[in-house]
Amino acid sequence: MIRGLIALVLVLIALPALAQDSMPPAPYAYNQLADPRLEAEASALMHTLRCIKCQSQSIADSDAPMAGDMRHQVRSRILAGESPEQVRRWLIDRYGDYVSYEPEVSATTWPLFAIPVLLILAALAVLLRRLGRRRGAGEGEAA
Amino acid sequence: MRNRLWLWVPLALFAFFAGLAAYMLTQPKDQFVQSAMIGQPLPDFALPPAFTGLPGASKADLADGRPRLLNIWASWCLPCIAEAPQLEALQKQGVEIVGIAIRDRPEDVANFLAKHGNPYTRIGSDRISEVQLALGSSGVPETFVIDGKGIIRHQHIGDIRPEDVPKLIAELEKAR
Repeated sequence: MIRGLIALVLVLIALPALAQDSMPPAPYAYNQLADPRLEAEASALMHTLRCIKCQSQSIADSDAPMAGDMRHQVRSRILAGESPEQVRRWLIDRYGDYVSYEPEVSATTWPLFAIPVLLILAALAVLLRRLGRRRGAGEGEAA
Repeated sequence: MRNRLWLWVPLALFAFFAGLAAYMLTQPKDQFVQSAMIGQPLPDFALPPAFTGLPGASKADLADGRPRLLNIWASWCLPCIAEAPQLEALQKQGVEIVGIAIRDRPEDVANFLAKHGNPYTRIGSDRISEVQLALGSSGVPETFVIDGKGIIRHQHIGDIRPEDVPKLIAELEKAR
């Protein structure tokens, strides 16, 4: 019984190890860039990129090996002189808008940006009409 | 009377969105991120051999006029074991399969192939998922159909099940 339990616990501990590789992380997965200005740029970018494997986390927040490899890509590309927006574009070209947390106006997302503006305009129009009407009515009474 | 009806519009809208949200909560979430590289040429790459038994893989090896499968896998990946028989079946039907081993060690690659069969003609070693990211691949296993010019024609996400084999053969045929 006890032996069985111990075996079960050991198996449960071992399972996650099987599901992931045992390779060391990529050079820039956990190491910052030497230049603090570049590291700040890379870090700001990494907080707005989605981990493809662990989709509710940014690559800056995830310990998944793939997130580490994505951080390595970001840092080494920034180090090579690419701008953060170029690196973001590189990833969007491969994974679509989904990889970026920064909202972008595109063929599918433009209503998200247009609808609030239209609603505000509509509300203003209604408000102006009502106010105008009331003022008109008030003047009418006074006269 | 018409004005009265207008009063119900906000409530109806609210009910619509509440219903939509409730419905979407019951739908299974699509976890897969499709590559945006379909129809694009392969990125430039040249990977060293993943173990001593087979040569490595580069873009040039996949753009010599013959369509091929490019299989992204790893020895530590459990679904890769499940798809091994299907890769073998594809290879038996004359399909050439080039592998890219993600974050893998030579001895583990050799062990995996000894245990589960070797359907590959080349295996490149991608130790930091560099080529995987350049391909827009989001996990292992994944299989790309590459035409003779090195253009990515099709992406299969997840392990290849027996029922997926004819589909992949058809995609290879289309890429000819």
